[in-house]
Amino acid sequence: MRILIIGNGMVGHKFCEKLISKKLPGLEITVFGEEQYAAYDRVHLSRFFEGKTVDDLTLAPAGWYKENGINLHLGDPVQAINRTAKLVHTFKGFVIHYDILVLATGSSAFVPRIEGVEKEGVFLYRTIEDLHLIQAYAAKAKTGAVIGGGLLGLEAAKALLDLGIADTHVIEFARRLMPRQLDETGSQMLMTTLTSLGLTIHTDTNTTKIIGKKAITEMQFADGSSLKTDMLVISAGIKPRGELALECGLETGMNGGIVVNNSMQTSDESIYAIGECALYNEMIYGLVAPGYEMAEVAAQEICAMVDKAQSSARKQFTGFDMSTKLKLVGTDVASFGDPFASGDDVRNIVLQDTVKGIYKRINVSADGKYLLGGILVGDASQYNLLLQTFKNKIFLPPHPEDLILPAREAKKDNGAGIVALPDDALICSCESVSKLTICQSVSEGGCETVDAIKKCTKAGTGCGGCLPMIKDLMVHTMKQHGKYVRNVLCEHFQYSRQELFDLIKIHELKTYNDVLDQLGNGDGCEICKPAVSSIIASLWNEMVLAKGNDTAQDSNDRFLANIQKGGTYSVVPRIPGGEITPEKLIVIGQVAQKYGLYTKITGGQRIDMFGAHLSDLPFIWGELIEAGFESGHAYGKALRTVKSCVGTTWCRFGLQDSVSFAIQVEERYRGLRAPHKIKSAVSGCIRECAEAQSKDFGIIATEKGWNLYVCGNGGSKPQHALLLATDINSETCIKYIDRFLMFYIRTADPLTRTATWLNKMEGGIDYLRNVVVNDSLGMAEQWEQEMQQLVNAYQCEWKTAINNPEIRKRFNHFINAPGEKDPTVQFNQLREQKKAANW
Amino acid sequence: MMLHEANVKKSNWFAACRVEDVAENGGVCVKYEDTQIALFYFTRRNEWYATQNECPHKKQMALSRGMIGTKSDEPKVACPFHKKTFSLATGECLSGDECAIKTYPVKVEHGIVFIGVGETIE
Repeated sequence: MRILIIGNGMVGHKFCEKLISKKLPGLEITVFGEEQYAAYDRVHLSRFFEGKTVDDLTLAPAGWYKENGINLHLGDPVQAINRTAKLVHTFKGFVIHYDILVLATGSSAFVPRIEGVEKEGVFLYRTIEDLHLIQAYAAKAKTGAVIGGGLLGLEAAKALLDLGIADTHVIEFARRLMPRQLDETGSQMLMTTLTSLGLTIHTDTNTTKIIGKKAITEMQFADGSSLKTDMLVISAGIKPRGELALECGLETGMNGGIVVNNSMQTSDESIYAIGECALYNEMIYGLVAPGYEMAEVAAQEICAMVDKAQSSARKQFTGFDMSTKLKLVGTDVASFGDPFASGDDVRNIVLQDTVKGIYKRINVSADGKYLLGGILVGDASQYNLLLQTFKNKIFLPPHPEDLILPAREAKKDNGAGIVALPDDALICSCESVSKLTICQSVSEGGCETVDAIKKCTKAGTGCGGCLPMIKDLMVHTMKQHGKYVRNVLCEHFQYSRQELFDLIKIHELKTYNDVLDQLGNGDGCEICKPAVSSIIASLWNEMVLAKGNDTAQDSNDRFLANIQKGGTYSVVPRIPGGEITPEKLIVIGQVAQKYGLYTKITGGQRIDMFGAHLSDLPFIWGELIEAGFESGHAYGKALRTVKSCVGTTWCRFGLQDSVSFAIQVEERYRGLRAPHKIKSAVSGCIRECAEAQSKDFGIIATEKGWNLYVCGNGGSKPQHALLLATDINSETCIKYIDRFLMFYIRTADPLTRTATWLNKMEGGIDYLRNVVVNDSLGMAEQWEQEMQQLVNAYQCEWKTAINNPEIRKRFNHFINAPGEKDPTVQFNQLREQKKAANW
Repeated sequence: MMLHEANVKKSNWFAACRVEDVAENGGVCVKYEDTQIALFYFTRRNEWYATQNECPHKKQMALSRGMIGTKSDEPKVACPFHKKTFSLATGECLSGDECAIKTYPVKVEHGIVFIGVGETIE
């Protein structure tokens, strides 16, 4: 049987995938696509302007069609369909017979009839070709306008902003933005946010004329006003591509959509239509998820034709929920169910915060039992749960308003929301994967990572919005099946980090290979190598690049510098406490100038020099060490920096000499390797200018001495440090920090910051205080001794490295062309310095 | 020792470096005309591998600086940038992506490492 598909867009491609997956015998599949490119991700088209390439957006790898025996003809639009003879005629002159014809012709941009629309500088926003044209033209444009304030129009406006057109206008005919998804208030909120981001929005504005000699220079509106602009993008909606169907006499409807029944069959039983060209129940479905659903229905129909046994099991299309969630210029917008439901039998619950730009509305049945729909602007973090609650008709809790209230610390999400979902709840709506399928891939398919689930079920491979839910489901299912596997490092070591730490210590192992030979199996990997290397360094504090341990270090440790975009490195000398002499400042400036480095002050009161070629690193460090600098360990999971404020040395409020103490602390723990990086700070009074309470350990001066805080961090989930001890003297403070750090180094999981470590600790800060201050484990003395040994063993790694010819040899890009730099490294200019080229 | 011998149609063996130039259980970057090749000495397994140096994910010349290891028994390299892993034997991406890397045959004679840069049968 010969299946012929017209159209190679997202839905056309998905149909091919579905058909291939059914492994039907005797199918011959031919595809004709009008564009030059094979099917690509149109949903994320604007990412093209964020630096994505055509390849990144392409849905299937080159060769996929060939490998699956599909004849793909690109750049060859079908021109006519002869239904009687079952033939299609293409632009390049092919005449091909079909048994089944599938129309996946998609849609084109709807272009309103405006005088002057044909002028130069007026673009559509639909294809990669359009993007190329927009990109080329935008280079010389200062002002831009977009007609259309719906989903696509705002995407297009974002694209113009990304292209550097700061003065971008959005012109919407309706009285509000996104009229199909948002109500008046939601739209108003979105408008305020977008305006603050630099977009100018004109609603209730009807464009009547485009003015300009050859190219556009001005737009005129119905109310007599006008707008000067260098370019215009039209994105005012879509129009189904039904021309072919119309010409061959198929039944078409509104705007040319091809009428289909709930098997996706058109008025000719041998012809199917799917995606945005199909008109079902007088509705065009302009989203990708329903298009994929249609592809599945049509594929099952064909399946049933070939294999009669499957005819009973086939699916029907019965409409599709048009709920959407998206990020528009950095703002969350979502709507689901019936977003506008109101009246006597509906209860509307609204939360509005004009400062944060948040608007949430849910529509609940009057009896308070069911969710009917809603709108989220500014914060759509609850979207997934709300959508599932709506779709699966889950009984609402007694106070449905809780569903949209911001999460409070007191009632943390315990995952109950996911557990409560029924098995057929759709978790991934792009690929329509249910909760059951995901759980089964874990319990029966043996998937135990999110990547494995993605590969096995395709869930999470579309927009990716459901990935957090997939991970929660995976963990939940594994626990449920008693599969709470031991917390082992990786496939090569059947031990937790803490067990491994003790074993390495008892056996006095000092190289990665010895550890693997004696305690592990196989040949190691990128998970256990850095973890074991870190343990060895924490235990013995020997040079990390010695004794063949170099290749067991994570890349940054291996080259004693932080790898940056483009493959160059950054250099951070230690500046204890942030105190530096003018002479040393000059040296940094001279070195940066000599080696052409970008310089920036870090958040930790140091200076970072970027853009160093690998082969320049030993020379740069040679000069820095000569001037009295040493490694800052910015590349290691180690003590980074101890920030300070000036304290009593200059400040009229200072209570203690915070700078001197910061330097003392930094020099004590410099080079100390740990499960993760460690940061610290010392403030001279309670005004806390050094921000000590955001550090792994922070010290704040009091009138009597110091207060010690532990386990704080910034980062993606900031957490304040907790008070461990008050009014202690410097000596006691150091002792407590010794004990605290050794306890952490010994017991934390790999890549766990102190805050997370404490969060997992039973008994929390009270238990930790008991161990550190009251010595409840009787370990204090041993830990203090061990720390002293590490302090005594300290060496500047860079000093050792540049004086060892074997190690020094590794700092070359080419093994067979020493000193020659990587020719692919590229820099751009920015504010009189260089920056890495985009990737 | 020779790897993937069967795949080599007409090999042009290029002398890359000496055995001792390559870090044990690690990689180095070899310059061949305008091409950058990552050469790995998996000392634990006494195996040699060569692949393109560019990681296809973000097009960075970095694979030679990555950590090598195994997944089950498959030798692999992890890109230092985002830890995407690739099979050293087949070039296939092991992190669930569709991209793959090019591999080259390697042989060692008299302490010199040769990389096969000739035509290979697909």
